[in-house]
Amino acid sequence: MTDLTDLGVAAIRDGVASGEFTAVEVAEAFNANVAAAQDALNAFIVATPEKAIEAAQAIDAKRAKGEALGKMGGVPIGMKDLFATRGVQTTAASHMLEGFVPEYESTVSQKLWDAGCGMLGKLNLDQFAMGSSNETSYFGNVINPWKRNDGGNASLAPGGSSGGSSAAVSARLCPAATGTDTGGSIRQPAAFTGITGIKPTYGRCSRWGIVAFASSLDQAGPMARDVTDCAIMLETMAGFDPKDSTSLDRPVPEWEANLSGDLKGKKVGIPREYRMDGMNADIAKSWDDGIAWLKDAGAEVIDISLPHTKYALPAYYIVAPAEASSNLARYDGVRYGLRDLPDGAGLQDMYAATRAAGFGPEVKRRILIGTYVLSAGFYDAYYTQAQKVRTLIARDFQNAFTQVDVILAPTAPSAAFGLGDKSDDPLAMYLNDVFAVPASLAGLPAMSVPAGLDSAGLPLGLQIIGNMFDEQGVLNAGLAIEQRAGFAAKPERWW
Amino acid sequence: MSSYRIQGATGEWEVVIGLEVHAQVTSQSKLFSGSATAFGAEPNSQVSLVDAAMPGMLPVPNRECIRQAVRTGMAIEAQINKWSRFDRKNYFYADLPQGYQISQLYHPLVGEGSIEIVLDEKDPENSTKTIGIERIHVEQDAGKLMHDQHPTMSYVDLNRSGVALMEIVSRPDMRSPAEAGAYLSKLRTILRYVGSCDGNMDQGSMRADVNVSVRRPGEEFGTRTETKNVNSVRFVMQTVEHEANRQVDVLESGGTIVQETRLFDPTSGTTRSMRSKEDAHDYRYFPDPDLLPLVLDDAFLEDCRNSLPELPDAKRHRYESELGLSPYNAAVLTADVETARWFELLVAEAATKANKQPADVAKQAANWLTSELFGALNKLGVDLASSPVTPEKGGELLALVADGTISGSIAKQVLEKMLETGDGAAAIVEREGLKQTTDIGAIEAVVDKVLADNADKVEQYKAGKEALFGFFVGQTMKAMQGKANPQVVNELLKQKLG
Repeated sequence: MTDLTDLGVAAIRDGVASGEFTAVEVAEAFNANVAAAQDALNAFIVATPEKAIEAAQAIDAKRAKGEALGKMGGVPIGMKDLFATRGVQTTAASHMLEGFVPEYESTVSQKLWDAGCGMLGKLNLDQFAMGSSNETSYFGNVINPWKRNDGGNASLAPGGSSGGSSAAVSARLCPAATGTDTGGSIRQPAAFTGITGIKPTYGRCSRWGIVAFASSLDQAGPMARDVTDCAIMLETMAGFDPKDSTSLDRPVPEWEANLSGDLKGKKVGIPREYRMDGMNADIAKSWDDGIAWLKDAGAEVIDISLPHTKYALPAYYIVAPAEASSNLARYDGVRYGLRDLPDGAGLQDMYAATRAAGFGPEVKRRILIGTYVLSAGFYDAYYTQAQKVRTLIARDFQNAFTQVDVILAPTAPSAAFGLGDKSDDPLAMYLNDVFAVPASLAGLPAMSVPAGLDSAGLPLGLQIIGNMFDEQGVLNAGLAIEQRAGFAAKPERWW
Repeated sequence: MSSYRIQGATGEWEVVIGLEVHAQVTSQSKLFSGSATAFGAEPNSQVSLVDAAMPGMLPVPNRECIRQAVRTGMAIEAQINKWSRFDRKNYFYADLPQGYQISQLYHPLVGEGSIEIVLDEKDPENSTKTIGIERIHVEQDAGKLMHDQHPTMSYVDLNRSGVALMEIVSRPDMRSPAEAGAYLSKLRTILRYVGSCDGNMDQGSMRADVNVSVRRPGEEFGTRTETKNVNSVRFVMQTVEHEANRQVDVLESGGTIVQETRLFDPTSGTTRSMRSKEDAHDYRYFPDPDLLPLVLDDAFLEDCRNSLPELPDAKRHRYESELGLSPYNAAVLTADVETARWFELLVAEAATKANKQPADVAKQAANWLTSELFGALNKLGVDLASSPVTPEKGGELLALVADGTISGSIAKQVLEKMLETGDGAAAIVEREGLKQTTDIGAIEAVVDKVLADNADKVEQYKAGKEALFGFFVGQTMKAMQGKANPQVVNELLKQKLG
């Protein structure tokens, strides 16, 4: 019998529906993997095996009665611990929210439960989704299940901020997981762990019930083994939500049904500004591979220019912290979460003590940057200027999409790096987002698909950026790469 | 131009006043959540996840609140901005769950407008002044701290947190306490006509931040102070008066005015410093990324405009031109929307019952309401809303006077009985036998008797003391217990006195 934990979303859904195996068998298999890997990988902050079994039993009971099982009936998933889950601790990987148990369920997680998913647990992440390596989590960093094959046995970063999600999917602890992406937090960890992840158009997935980092950039999306699984899960997660004013009021397309790796008549743009000096040779090679595969799939490849690309990262690191500094003001010790009230303290002392104890160094750094760029006298020079840059970057993409259907670029400038390699150098860490951030600023759908292994045997990802609302174009180009890359590698189980 | 001046030791000073009025928008639910807004509910019983700023909660604008603010803007003939945006005003306080207030700094919903105030009710046409309004924006209210629940801790009530406010910002166009008072009263009148705010200042539905500075007449503006949250018309006037005099004292003794925030103390009628400009917050305003710009379409604006009632100035002018009311009566009757509504029902009722045109009974109705009924209710300590005499019953009484069934003086007695018993006018007149008599024979007999009994006065009258005519009328009416038709009495007396 096949190992059920090697199966993805579509295979589990179809197998449960056809009676090949039961949903409970699937849940038990993944629960066992979660438990076995917890000490080594630290991918979950809280495991909820009973929730996974409960949901699976409900699906099996439905099947026994001949009822419909839902779009993802019988598929257990991991939930990034940024999504509020009713009755289950929701921390954003922070001390501030340690022990916080919401009385509400985020719109996206509710849609997944309604579609027949069960929850394996809450996945670790960078604290408040701020980080690219998972090292800012209050609950310890996640370990990438991949190891270098050149003798180095150092622990690698799983990427971030959705590092628990990427590690868990890659290590077969769950067939799929939710992620959120503010400036690459789905795509970069997907690339670092050899899995697939898509950030949809801004507004496709409701932000209601997701702990906010930077409201104008945050988007939820699926992380899974392949493009088809991402299409299925995104269809489940997406949809208009009247509780989110920035939610897109449009129908959700049938992405899975319309998947096609045939790109005849399609044009693919290669942005010259992304080919930077000193680009890692493995990255350059995988990009060239990608170009060849897309041509093979029938697409015409065109060089394009996105002239304002170099301003994207600085603009992002103004806009995102500015919004974060305001979004995180609610964690003040007054109503919920951590309260540090020293003897004889007044209100201001309580704020200071609570926030000093409740936030980690990276979160504090971003609150400070954000507060600074919004201050009187600096606002125009930083925030207003960054918003102008953002408009120019969006315009670059609009112009490009008059010529091409999708854009192909690397996801990240390198493969997974070692834990601790960049944690002392915030700028080096921020540079990891250089290819991911422009699409975030423009609100465009973008995906990372595995493209192969680098010279050290580590997975590399390719990024496809699509026009507003064109997730289908992105998924199809991703599928074309997936069909040709033949990426079958998976991390060896060393834990 | 106001001639209000403060007489200082070194000469005259002029006062410059601007008001920022916070008016709670009348709506069932809050500006960005579905929670109720009722006044006086149990603490924290009207708080949603959004109002408490739980993680991941998002604001969704309440259409009704926007509609009310737009209607208010239209009522002051202001520019309505079809594109506006919400900004966050960031600061930490225990009554502010989000750590920011959602407001509108850069692109308010309503732009420039104006309000006409009347400074002398007795002469409304010749004492008007236009006060400019710079803008109206909508924003969230904060919660409330309760300091009396625990010996060392403060409690927080979030019922008000997120309630919609309109901030109505005037230009610095007022020059005296009276003008400031008249402006606030007029603004409240308009808000109540529009129905966008109940104007209950004692419940905090309306409160004013009072900006005051002084200058030598005609010179540049002086440095201003802002006194926060003043919650009655009288207190606003006291604030202006005290603050202006304080500033004059400071300046005349060689000091300078510090731009600062002050508090009004209602018990002493004075203001005191709260914080100076140096301690002022840096609010780090920026566009709220949780909200899209607010874009109003023509159909929405049309709906707002069509739903506006007749406004106080238009009503006042109509009462004068169409109903023939005195400017004073027109001003008094239109100062409050409920009074005007009551008056219009009264006129309609009286006209129908007496089978006359409204314009034929309006003047009497206005006089009766402003002098008779208001006076009587005042004595009883009852307001118009809870008057035992309804417009229907009042109309019935006026109709009895209009068709000659009773005289004006009998009507006073009838009103007293109506207030006592709650019965209708006709029933009382019938029961008490108060119908006036037009029986010429009966009246003539009495007139003859009065003239015979007062032969000396008849002599004097005939000798030219015509003022005695009223005496004869009075004696006749008295003898007939007021029930004689005064017209018949007059005619008979004229005849007989030659």
